[in-house]
Amino acid sequence: MKPETLLYPTPKGLYCEKGGFYIDPVQPVERALITHGHADHARAGHTHVMATRETLDIMRIRYGDAFCISSEAAVLGARTSIGDVTASFHPAGHVLGSAQIAVEAGATRIVVSGDYKRRRDPTCLSFEPVPCDVFITEATFGLPVFHHPDDRGEIAKLLTSLRQFPERAHLVGAYALGKAQRIIALLREAGYDAPIFIHGALTNLCDYYESQGIPLGDIRPATLAPGEKQSFAGAVVIGPPSAFADKWARRFPDPVAIFASGWMLVRQRAKQRGVELPMIISDHCDWPELTETINEIKPGQVWVTHGREEALVRWCELQGISARPLHLVGYDDEGE
Amino acid sequence: MRAFAELLDRLVLTPQRNAKIKLMTDYFRAAPDPDRGYALAAIAGTLTLNVVKPNVLRQLVLERMDEVLFRYSYDYVGDLAETISLVWDPPAGGKTAIADLSLGAVVHQLETTGRANVHGLVRNLLDQLEGSSRFAFLKLITGGLRIGVSARLVKQSLADMGDADITEIETLWHGLSPPYTTLFRWLDGKSDKPELDTPAVFHAVMLATPVGDNDLAGLDPKDFAAEWKWDGIRVQLANVGGTRRLYSRSGDDISGAFPDILEAADFEGILDGELLVGGTMRTNRATRTFSDLQQRLNRKTVTRKMLEEYPAFIRGYDLLFSGRRDIRPDSFLTRRAELAALIEKAEPSRFDLSPLVPFASWEELDRLRADPPDPVIEGIMLKRLDSPYTSGRSKGPWFKWKREPYNVDAVLMYAQRGHGKRSSYYSDFTFGVWTKDDGKDVLVPVGKAYFGFTDAELEVLDRYVRNNTIERFGPVRSIRAEPDHGFVVEVAFEGINFSSRHKSGVAMRFPRISRLRTDKLPQDADRLETLLAMIGPPEEDLAQAREPI
Repeated sequence: MKPETLLYPTPKGLYCEKGGFYIDPVQPVERALITHGHADHARAGHTHVMATRETLDIMRIRYGDAFCISSEAAVLGARTSIGDVTASFHPAGHVLGSAQIAVEAGATRIVVSGDYKRRRDPTCLSFEPVPCDVFITEATFGLPVFHHPDDRGEIAKLLTSLRQFPERAHLVGAYALGKAQRIIALLREAGYDAPIFIHGALTNLCDYYESQGIPLGDIRPATLAPGEKQSFAGAVVIGPPSAFADKWARRFPDPVAIFASGWMLVRQRAKQRGVELPMIISDHCDWPELTETINEIKPGQVWVTHGREEALVRWCELQGISARPLHLVGYDDEGE
Repeated sequence: MRAFAELLDRLVLTPQRNAKIKLMTDYFRAAPDPDRGYALAAIAGTLTLNVVKPNVLRQLVLERMDEVLFRYSYDYVGDLAETISLVWDPPAGGKTAIADLSLGAVVHQLETTGRANVHGLVRNLLDQLEGSSRFAFLKLITGGLRIGVSARLVKQSLADMGDADITEIETLWHGLSPPYTTLFRWLDGKSDKPELDTPAVFHAVMLATPVGDNDLAGLDPKDFAAEWKWDGIRVQLANVGGTRRLYSRSGDDISGAFPDILEAADFEGILDGELLVGGTMRTNRATRTFSDLQQRLNRKTVTRKMLEEYPAFIRGYDLLFSGRRDIRPDSFLTRRAELAALIEKAEPSRFDLSPLVPFASWEELDRLRADPPDPVIEGIMLKRLDSPYTSGRSKGPWFKWKREPYNVDAVLMYAQRGHGKRSSYYSDFTFGVWTKDDGKDVLVPVGKAYFGFTDAELEVLDRYVRNNTIERFGPVRSIRAEPDHGFVVEVAFEGINFSSRHKSGVAMRFPRISRLRTDKLPQDADRLETLLAMIGPPEEDLAQAREPI
């Protein structure tokens, strides 16, 4: 069948009519298949949800037990019939539990990548290429400017700054799901074994990662008892980026403002946010990863969604690959 | 190259002065010669390389890249050098043998490659350097690092590195050139201070301390001379052994922008004075304001039109060298006599003598200070008659006694988050006063201030901003400011002038928030007319009204 009829965009999200389900819907629906636990992809209020066990656990941690009426854990690689189609989940390498979703009907297979990256990440399974007719790729960093450097060099920048400014607290802004735990794991791999202090918004997810066998070492809350004076001098403190503009940050005297994100590659972006030490660490593909993935999978068509769609579509045209933007709405193409 | 690139990356994003100094000091300690010397030159603006035009760089990148993809990329990043550094794609496997990619080697290659081969060299280096280094390299060859580090700050980091006094560095500075190997050897403690054989070097200037409470009580007015403190910029003019130079107070060479002064300086010696624009007292024409002087500042060159419209002159304060003779150990009185004799013979439209202000008691001087005879006066200088000329700021020989600041009550209109320590506070404020627009009273912004308040007052201001935000534009919040609801602050400032660049038509100097006026409503704040009246009469009238001092 034609891929455009197997899966097409609607205001509620990408819809599969023959299977009666949506993928990562942005409004409550009867049946949802979810790629990963980030809030713009995994929303509460659907009736039936299918996702990997880890993604379901994360949704439960974030939204409570009532996040849906019934749920079904998808086993990676297993094929499940839903209505007239077959669906299967495959690792995406984005965050813990993240999966691509392959949808098949007859001889046609579409792979929805969700968000993905190709680099090694000690906190989740690596991306697995799945042959397909249509590959739906994200394009968060879909411009030729984005070349994310090696993680280890970025971690080394933080370690150098800790030595240069031992009197200042080092505040690392990192998204609560995935990025924060990855930074901690990378610091541990680099031999940093001092306590790492975390904002309260990270506690449950860090505990969950540990329960899934991802060791994070000595993690402590970055809180103070009333009247207690502690400077956090020379310590690493990790919190969601929004917390650093908040009153919460005032407990740290003269902090070094750090932000771990792929956006930090562009100096002006770092400057605008008042970031003093940018760490270019991303959970999305950079430009070479996006283009190499398309070359590797060799899909018949590429559909491009959230992010810099036009540049990736242009690149596909130059390579003679049929491509079009999907114009899905409701996803946070800056969230990283 | 990599260490230099990392230093630039950190400096661009580091707001605190001390942290910048620390980053530079650490770099200068760790980097080898001649790399650190070229890095120093690049930061201080003394490195002159053949500049590569932006168009050439664009051509180089389009040899390898689709034009549409490049345009998308440039639109997103906004800075050409940064865009190219990010999109540059070295050919796989095709790298030439690894050359020496140290900063010193790169500078050397650029200096020794002929015009015809520059393209090839740039392409080759871009292929071999990695991301950040590529950016630093592109900044070097397009001229202008723009990293928010002044020449003085980098000199301070050198002083810290070698445990030396910054005035020593400033004195040496213009006698040395990149890659500053002798300077670093001395700062490393491996050799004596470099000997200078270049004439017309900068000599660190003598500075005054502010008059504090009771400072004058124990002093005898008879031991001091008073002169007006003019509102221009302090300069040092040197003409030694046929070399003429004009330096700013911190030792920056600003000769290029003031050919009118250099040409007229036909006397030998080193003179300390105030750089101003307008007419000298000897030609009986008015001294013009600081905002007129600003038209001539921060320029590398100057047009004929600027020279005619904003003629510069020097009002002499002191003489350090009379001819080749160092008279700094002599008393102020002796030096002043020599200065007066020198200026008497100098070109009358370019040089005059800062007049002394006769006074018998501190009370009398205080009255004069409050009501100076010229709007371009910002206070009084007190100099001990027997004081030698010593570099730096030591308390006792010279005092500055500024006139009281101006004050207005203004209403907070916009607030922006601060940096570093203050990144969680709204600490940068735009304030306005009332004016009539279409018959209605509206607030018009008249200035910005981000200091003057205490930490406790900042808490109050921040809370007000957070609770009274109307709109957000990125990091800026617009805040409630209505006749009966808003926040009034007392703003103190040093001077005010007409300005075509500001909507209100006025610009303040050194505005700061001196008091929170929670007792006042916005409707009680000042009006634009009050500020305009502070500026005083237009200049033509002034020239006629002025009597020779």
